[in-house]
Order: sequence, then structure tokens, then C-alpha cells
Amino acid sequence: MTEQIEGSLGVAKAVALCHPGVVCAYPISPQTHIVENLGKFVKSGALKNCDYLNVESEFAAISVSIGSSAGGLRTYTATASQGLLFMTEGVYNAAGLGLPIVMTVASRAIGGPINIWNDHSDSLSQRDSGWLQLFCESNQDALDTHIMAFKIAETVGLPVMVCMDGFVLTHAFERLELPTQEQVDSFLPEFEPKEYLTPKEPISIGSMVGPEAFTEVRFLQQRKMAKALKVIEDVTAEYRKITGHHSGGLLDCYRCDDAELKLIIMGSTVGTAKDEVDRLREQGVKVGIISLKSFRPFPYEAMRKAIGDCKKVVCVERAFSFGARGIICPEVKRAMEGTGCDVKTAIAGLGGRAIYGTTINGIVRAAFEGKFKDEMTWFDVNSNVLNSYTKDVEGVTFPEGPLSDSQLHASVK
Amino acid sequence: MLEAIKFYQTGSNTIGNRLLNPSMRTIQASVDRPNSLTSGHRACQGCGEALGARYALDAAMRATGGQLMVVNATGCLEVFSTPYPESAWRLPWMHSLFGNAAAVGSGLAAAAQIRAQKSGDKVAPRVIAMGGDGGTTDIGMGCLSGMFDRNDDVLYICFDNEAYMNTGVQRSSATPPSARTATTMPIGEHPGADWGKGKDVPLIAMAHGIPYVATATVADLRDLEAKVTKAMSFHGARYIQVLVPCPLGWGTASNVTVTVARLAMETGFYPVYEAEYGKVTSVRKIRSKQPVTNYLKLQRRYAHLLKKNADPNVVARLQAMCDQNIKDFGLLGDEEPEETPTAIVAYERSQAV
Amino acid sequence: MLQKAFAVTLDPSTSLENHTGSWRTLRPVNVFKLPPCNKQCPAGENIQQWLYYAGQGDYEQAWRILTEENPFPACMGRVCYHTCEGKCNRGLLDESVGINSVERFLGDYALEHNLAFKRPTRESGKKVLIIGAGPAGLSAAYHLRRFGHSVHIVEQGKEAGGMMRYGIPVYRLPRDILDKEIKRITDMGVTIECGRKVEDIEAEKAKGKYDAVILGLGAGISQNTDIPEGDTNHILNALKVLGQIETTGDIKIARKVAVYGGGNTAVDVARSLRRFGAEPIIVYRRNRDKMRASEEEMAAAEAEGVQVKWLSTIAGASKDSLKIEKMVLDENGSPKPTGEYEELPADAVVLALGQNVDQSAISKLKDLKFEKDSIIVNPETLETSVKGIFAAGDCASRDRTVTHAIGMGKNAARAVNAYLKGKVYKKMPKHEDAKFEDMHPWYYSEAPKTMRPELEMARRTSTFDEVQHGLTEENAIFEARRCLSCGNCMECDNCYGVCPDNAIIKLGPGKGYEFNYDYCKGCGVCAQECPCGHIAMVPEKI
Repeated sequence: MTEQIEGSLGVAKAVALCHPGVVCAYPISPQTHIVENLGKFVKSGALKNCDYLNVESEFAAISVSIGSSAGGLRTYTATASQGLLFMTEGVYNAAGLGLPIVMTVASRAIGGPINIWNDHSDSLSQRDSGWLQLFCESNQDALDTHIMAFKIAETVGLPVMVCMDGFVLTHAFERLELPTQEQVDSFLPEFEPKEYLTPKEPISIGSMVGPEAFTEVRFLQQRKMAKALKVIEDVTAEYRKITGHHSGGLLDCYRCDDAELKLIIMGSTVGTAKDEVDRLREQGVKVGIISLKSFRPFPYEAMRKAIGDCKKVVCVERAFSFGARGIICPEVKRAMEGTGCDVKTAIAGLGGRAIYGTTINGIVRAAFEGKFKDEMTWFDVNSNVLNSYTKDVEGVTFPEGPLSDSQLHASVK
Repeated sequence: MLEAIKFYQTGSNTIGNRLLNPSMRTIQASVDRPNSLTSGHRACQGCGEALGARYALDAAMRATGGQLMVVNATGCLEVFSTPYPESAWRLPWMHSLFGNAAAVGSGLAAAAQIRAQKSGDKVAPRVIAMGGDGGTTDIGMGCLSGMFDRNDDVLYICFDNEAYMNTGVQRSSATPPSARTATTMPIGEHPGADWGKGKDVPLIAMAHGIPYVATATVADLRDLEAKVTKAMSFHGARYIQVLVPCPLGWGTASNVTVTVARLAMETGFYPVYEAEYGKVTSVRKIRSKQPVTNYLKLQRRYAHLLKKNADPNVVARLQAMCDQNIKDFGLLGDEEPEETPTAIVAYERSQAV
Repeated sequence: MLQKAFAVTLDPSTSLENHTGSWRTLRPVNVFKLPPCNKQCPAGENIQQWLYYAGQGDYEQAWRILTEENPFPACMGRVCYHTCEGKCNRGLLDESVGINSVERFLGDYALEHNLAFKRPTRESGKKVLIIGAGPAGLSAAYHLRRFGHSVHIVEQGKEAGGMMRYGIPVYRLPRDILDKEIKRITDMGVTIECGRKVEDIEAEKAKGKYDAVILGLGAGISQNTDIPEGDTNHILNALKVLGQIETTGDIKIARKVAVYGGGNTAVDVARSLRRFGAEPIIVYRRNRDKMRASEEEMAAAEAEGVQVKWLSTIAGASKDSLKIEKMVLDENGSPKPTGEYEELPADAVVLALGQNVDQSAISKLKDLKFEKDSIIVNPETLETSVKGIFAAGDCASRDRTVTHAIGMGKNAARAVNAYLKGKVYKKMPKHEDAKFEDMHPWYYSEAPKTMRPELEMARRTSTFDEVQHGLTEENAIFEARRCLSCGNCMECDNCYGVCPDNAIIKLGPGKGYEFNYDYCKGCGVCAQECPCGHIAMVPEKI
């Protein structure tokens, strides 16, 4: 059924189609509309056999989710930004316990300074938490990925974070196609937990593991991640077959054939970039896009294959690692090790700064013009804003246009 | 005739009593008690928490007909009961984090309810969340309060040993004034934990207006069992705080665990009472009133108060605290009991051992 | 089946693999301590144990345990001076357990329900002669029969019972009670021949082909003292007075009678005379603290109107008055004459200054050693200086109470039993004392207040006046349940309950508990919380 609805409502409806037993969340923008809608479905009786818990914090939200998932229920929660950080301890714990919770991260910058707009610093901060992290490029993708996420999580035995860009997706009204309940039911059977707490078979979950077995526990956790690569592909294939929707997957290539430059992008920026790539293609610029869907597990193999013998790659990243560089770029470099492929990072779209077609255009041009001197280059930095401060305080000024890492380093010498 | 004599040697003061009808004996007295926490756990010798946990959970197991699941906060109880590869639990048990047991309990209770609903089971398993005082009154306070606020069907049991024992005896908000801990050393002008700090979580729990709140100790098993049983007869959020002496942290001999808990009650140091919907409904009366020094003497964490050059005002202040508890909770009842020498004898005896 | 996660998820009870018993440096062990009542009992009764059964209403079992040691519970419950109660640890808590009244209840219960002693299952073929059917002789006979020996008693008096019949007033021991308890012994096959005095013990032994002899002659001759006497004042002896009351049921001496002495016999005489309307006054040379008579008996006597003249000796007697010399106690507590005299109106004097053994009965036993007024016996075996001849009771002891005689009778019987097997009897080593400090008194319930007055009345009347009833069943149970079970398990489950390691195994009713040393960490909480002091912590051998 096709509807013109807000992305959050679409996701809420998709989650409801999966019949979770517990939905538990603490309000934080821009996640609120998703859980408000789910709360309404539960309260109205539209979503049966489901408990909606209003908790006092994100830490409680993830904890309730841990409890309900360990209690053998399909469990959903959602958060963003500060909320994700506040639940961090539980995020790691849920993965360690192998609980197949599905959580939406309506990606938003982390404070301070407080900022409610979109970037990827929140979800990428949880890179090592042991969760699967699936990024969505559109609301349709988000809607479908949530449904697939339950199946992937339950098959692998790990929690899944579905990362959709805050506001840009969550609050955007689009034509969305929801699968029917029958389709979802045929795709996603009733949750049968691998292990759960029940008086019928008392077990002790969450032991203390010392040096004698901790490495092995971690090895097996990593093995689940490896297994997840295939599961994501299989589940995606099955879902696409049932619904005909082209969503999910480990990654997705756009106009990559014969591309001399490939942009690697996660999330909603892919949509903007596609339009710009179409324009550039018309101008004869051989550029393609690899939309990275699964950041964790990182699909090294698929990435290598998708890049192929293209020698120029730029990762458009909406977050970076302080004191280091980009976050996606090193992963791609690893994938391309020994191929002589040149991989760079373009930082853009932090804290809600819009990534326009011109931004993509600038990145592509810079790449072709050999302006990526360093691994990381900042795009769309407003030099007026920057200089208004640095000039007065340190007597330092920055030029217009992209700023490279070496310019940044030179400015402190 | 036997039934007519309402006097049973030790009455209900001992765990069992062959003179009592089996139905009147404690759960702990029965040969087939659940032993929810079984042998082989790695608690220290004389651990009050191990004892309290078995007491409470066995009672809850009986009350629920075995339909019970438990969430355990990080802490001694969790560590000593489930070091890989051995678990000492005989009931469904899980541990997630230090500060989230109450919330995990909420989730688990919701899961149990929904699963029962879906499968058409009339009875859903009940949930107990539990932790030490640190995991409850400090780091777990938010989740605890949230669980109370939502009135989730969880009984939270705090095994209160009045400090962070698992990490090496640091002060918690349940540490009594002037007690020595690793972070409130008996040095300086005001040795031990500060006065005027700490929080009374049972009263905080009551302020949430939840159905049931109680305090108890490992020295009065019948009281504890009755409270757990009663708690399980309510639905909604419930809170029981059980005083569980810690030989390591309190500096007591391993054999006096129960005796020192008894003295905590008999001195009025630890008022034992229960409350429903925010109102105190009953108190455990003192049987043989003792001066606070008898309680302090057994514990090295108070040794600095009883030294020759110690400030006598501190002990006086602790005594006044006990007296205030006695007055506030009416721990002595209508008639002032005689100060019998019994607990003193018990104390002296323990010194001999 | 759940698909359990590696290491993070564990199976239940797997900790049982971890034998924490290896941590132990101290090991709990059960110790059986000697309760002070048992220790004090001259008859060696296992009081704590029969109270255990009485408290749970199993009176027959209680009676059977009691009569393992003493075949006269109904008599004991009336005449024993129950020094056990004086030693009772409960006395340090509130009041001693009324052991004696429970004993009487059990004795009466057994009579009422015609409980009989079991006859021996096997006859040994050995014959034992007992001379004297007093408490010592009867007790010895009873125990010898239990061992399977055949026993014949020859008694000089008209009826069996000895001092229980001829020395103790009826108001303290109704004779039908005594008769029934003696009959229970003869029902076991013990034969008693009354009204004959054995003149030659060796000859009697040879003639009857007895394998051993026990002398239970008693001390039936009143001790005399010289009182310068005027012509008219009666001077009588206590045993004669009591004997006359027993045989004739009446006595008339005078209105004002001085009873001279400070023992139980003096009190018995005074109280008996009071019952016949006399106004007895006890004259005693020491003070009350030094008095040998039972405190309770004395209190009862005073309550009945018997008067006492303390620190006084009778220096002379005239027609209707006595010349009394006042005494003082020196630093050793011995009375010293002061030379001060006073007059005491009295029409007669009964001497109750002690009793002596009738030596005529043993005069033919040339090798029998005798000192002061006792037969000398080996304290362990009670054998006299003549091989195969043993002695028990007043004739062989200065401690002349019925209970003590019964205890000696038992001792003699055991020694004879060993002797008949060619062995020498050795007393079992006694357990360590169960002291009050070993107990955990907090655990014991206070007696309900409503029960107390009733109980006290019952306790008083049980020894005060036989016309009144003894303890009711209710009171007996109550009283038995006041027992602290010193040093011995009462199955309170405390150890089983308080063990943080579940390392105590409960074996079920009557079977007690076992320590599971696989898991016991040796914390000692069980020992600390045992109300009875039945658990000790001993160093582990490392």
C-alpha cells in the first residue's frame, strides 16, 4: 500500500507489522515521532500483545529492552545522539548477551555544543559496541530495513541498529510503500528466541567471564558478525523477492560501471548525491556512488568488489574521529589494500549543515582536480565564520573553499 | 492438648521448631526448600548476602510456585554466584549491568506477561530484581525510581550491606554515619563517614506510593519470609531492603553475621517495618533492647569510636539515632520490655568464639 | 531446548563442582554436652532428653527414657529434692524449669496408663541377692533384672520401700503410689521376701547359690545426743515418730514439741506433727543458709506454721521448757557456743540429728571395712572390701537422700553386672559441661504471662500437699518446653537455616543434621546461632 506519510510514521508502521512484544523508549529529538506513533498503536489496540513502556531515561530504555529480549520477546527501541550515549553501557551489554533487539538511531550530532541536527557522530560512536549498524538512504529504505533488521538480528543473535538520518528522513513526508501484513508474516515468522529466561528451563544469563574464556567469547562474537554478512545478503534477497522493494543489502552501487571516481556515502546524502551524479554524468564526468548500508559488519569483500579497479575513491563522511581522520575511509583502505586505489575522506554535513548538490559537485571536482592533498579534507567550511574567531584570537585566517588536513595542521604551527 | 499450648520452647525465634505444626515452620526449615542459591558459590565465609538471597528467593519461589525469574545487578552476589563456568543459581537468573537491574526487571516482567498472554497461560512468571546497596541506592536509583513510578510488576530486593564491598569497601549512600570505609577513613577530626549524608531508600520508595515496602534482616527469618511472601501477593512495584552483614566490610568475625544483624534490630539501629501504599502498617518490635555499643563492638568499622581517646559524643549521637528510630517507628511497643541480658550474653559468647 | 551462549550463559547448579570445603580452617562438629540438670541428678537421669519427649507430648517415650535410669518417677516427682532445678541454666534467664513436677506428671501418667517395664529378653542364669528393699535395693534389683539376672530381695521390715515408706510422711508420698511403683519392679520377676533379717550374709549367699550380693541396708538408727533431762520431758527420735505415723496413722506427743536438727528429717517430723495439731519448733545450731534441709521443704514448713529457733543448741530439758544456748558462727561457718542461755517452752523433744547404720546385720562379715557410720566401698564399683559383696544407699554413703540411693543402686547393679561377666565396672567418661555461656538464650521464648501464676501454684502444691493435684498436662507440656536443651540438639533447624553455603544436611525428624564438608567453608555461623551450644568449631588439620 502506498501512502504519503512522514518517515517516522512509516518506520512505526513497519515496526508494528513485525509485532514486537515490547516497545520501550525515552523521548529525544528526532526519534520522537516514531515512538509516539508506536505508543499510539499499542494504546489504540492496533498493535496487540505489545507493551509500551514510558521510561525515565535511555539507560532504562535499553535496560528494559535487554530484559524483555532476554525474556523471549521481540523488542524494539529508538533513540538518538545524547540518548544513545546515555545508553551506551547497555548497548554494549545487549550485544554481549546476544540479544536481538532492533533499535532505530535517528542520527543526530552529539553535544556539546548541543545540536539536534543530523550527522553520524552518534551512531558511529557505537562502532565497536558489537551491534550491527545498517544505514538507510531513504525512508522507503528505512521502512524496509527495519523489517529486515528483525530477521537479521534474530537469525544472527545480535542486536541491530537501524541508522536513519534525523529530521532529513524522520521528519520528511514521502510516498512510502508498506508491505502487507501477510507479506511480513511470510517473511518474518513468530520470534523464537535461541535462549531466554523461563522457569521451564532455568539458566543463568550474563555470567562473569575471566581471562580463561573471554577471548573465546569475543572470538565467537566476531564470528557472528562474519556470519551476519551472508545473513544480510540472504535476508535482503528474500525480502526483495517478496516485496519487490529495492532496499537493504550490504551496499548498493549507483552508476558505478566505468566510473573513474566512486563516492562512498552512508545515509540520506546518497539521494542528493544521486541527483548530482546524474548531472555530472550528463556532463561526461565518470562518477558513481557506493551507498554503504552495512557499516557493521563492514563488508570488506563486497566493497572491494564494488570498487573494482577504480583507482579513485572519496568517502563522504558526516563524522570523524577527533585527533585522527575519517571513520569510513580507513575501512575502505583496508578493503582496497594492495590495489593502489586512492581513498580519501571528504568531511561534510556536520550537525545538520546541509549537503547540497553543489557540495557533491565540489567534492567530485576536487577529486578530479587532484585537490585532495591529504587523506581528509573539510568541505563547506564557512571561512568567514571561522576567521571571525581565529583572526581575533590567534591572528590566523583560513582561505575560502575546502580546507585540507595539512592546512589545519599548518595553522597551529 | 499439644495444639492448646501456645508455647514452643524457642517459639518462632529459631528457623524451625519440631514442636510447631509443619505448616507453621519456615520455608528454610523444610528439607525440600528450593535452595535457589545452592552450594559451591564463592561468597566469603559467613556472607550475609548469600544467606539473605537464599532466604528471600526461596520464599518467593514458594510464593510463586516456582514461577519466578530473577535479575541481578552487578556486585558481590552476581560475581560470587556466576563466575564462568559455574552458576550457583537454580532458578532463571540474569545479570546485565550495575545500575539497571530494576529496568531489566521491568522488561523481563513485561516479556513474561506478554508471552503468557500470547500462549494463553493464565499465570505469568513473576520477576524479582535485586542488587546491593550501591547498585540500588546509588547507581541504580534512577532505574529503581522509574520502575516504582511505572508501578511495574517487579519486586526489587536490596541486599544492604552498607557499602561497596565488591570493589573494596567504599562508601555508598547507605553507609551509616561514622562507619569506616576505604573512602571514609577513620582519620581527621570527624573519623569515618560523614553525618548528615546518605539516603533512606525505603522511605523514598514509600514516597512513590507503591503497593509494598519493607525492611528486614537476615536475623529474623520468619519476618523476612513473611514479607517476601506478602510482597508476592501484591502486583505492581514492591521494595524490600534486607540488612545483610558483610564480614569483610564490617570487620566482623565470620560467625557473627546473624548475631550482628540481630543487634542492628535490637538496638533500633536498623528499624524493621513494612508499609503499604506509602503508609507504615507494622513494625517488628524489639525483643531485647540493647545499647548501641553492643552493636558497634562487634564491628571493626566502628572500632575508632570505642578507642580510649575516642570522642564519646559520637557513640552518644549514634545512640540518639537509635532512640529516635525507636520513637519514630514505635519499635518498643506498648510496654517497655526489660533489658534482659540475653543479647549481651550472645555478644560475649561470640567474643569467646 | 535452548541454544545457550558460550560462557555467558551457564547451566543451573553447576557451582556444585566447586568444593568450597577446601577453604575451611575451622570445622563444625556436633558436641554432646552434659546438661547441668543431668549432671546434678543423683540418680543420673537424662532429664534433658525426657523433657524433649514430654514437650512434644510423647509421654510414654519420655517415661521410658526416664526409667532407663530411675524406676520411681511417681515417687521421685514427690519426694526428690530436685537439686537439678537449682542448677538449671534457665534459672539464669528467668526461672528454672520445673523438672520435678514434670517427672511427677510422667510418673502419674505411667501409673494411670498401666505402663509396665519390659521383662528382659534373655535370662543370664546369674542370681543376685539384695539385702534391703529400700530405694537403693529396689533400684539395684530393677537394673539387674534389665540385665537379665535373677534377683531376690530380703527385707527386714514388714513391707518393701525402706525410708520411702518409713521415713517419708504420707502427705509427701501416698503409699499407693509407692506400692504401684514397687509392684512394677516385682512384675519384672524380682522377688521380695519381707519381715526377715539376714543374720549371716555369707551363709545366705552360699545357701542360695547367689553369684553376688548387694547390701542396701539403709541407715535406720537415729543418732542420739546427750541432753541433760529432767524427769518429765519426752525425748524421742525422729525415725520412730515417722515410723509410728506410717504404721498407726496417728501420733500424740505434746502440744509444744521441739524438733532438734536441721536436716530434711527434722522438717518432715515438724511438718508431720503440725498435721496432727502440734506446734513444732525446730531448734538448729546454725542459720538458715547452713541448713541441710531442702529450701522448698523449709519454706513449706514455715508456711504451715512451723517455727524455727536458729543458732541454738539444747543444753538441757525440764518439764515444760528447754534450756537453749545461743550460738554464733565463726569465720568457717562453724557454730560456737556463746555461754548465753534462754528458756524455750516445750513439752517434748524429737531428735532429728542424723541416722546410723544398723551394724548388727554386717557383724558377721569379718572382712567388711566400716568407717564412722558407712560401709567403705570402692567409689567406682561400690564393691565392699569383701569380694562379690556390693553396697548402695544410706549404708554406704553420707549423702542420704532417696534419689541418691536410687542412683547408687543403679551404679551397684551395673558394677555387679560387670562383675558377673568377669569384668570390672568403669563409669563412662562424662561429657563436657553445658554452660550457660555456651547457650544462645536470645532464641528462647519468654513464658506467656498468663501461664506463670498457674504454674507457680501448681509447682507449690505438687510438693506441698498431696490432697491437691499435681501438674496438669497443659502445665507439664509448658514446663517441659521451657527446657533450653542445654548442649544437646532440639532440632530447631537453626544450623540448617543459617548456613550461607547450604552445607548442612537435615536428616529428618529425630535424626538431626549432618555437616556437608564438601561445601562447608567453616564460617561458624551455625555454631554461633545454635541455641543449645551443640556445635563446636575445631581447627581443621591442614
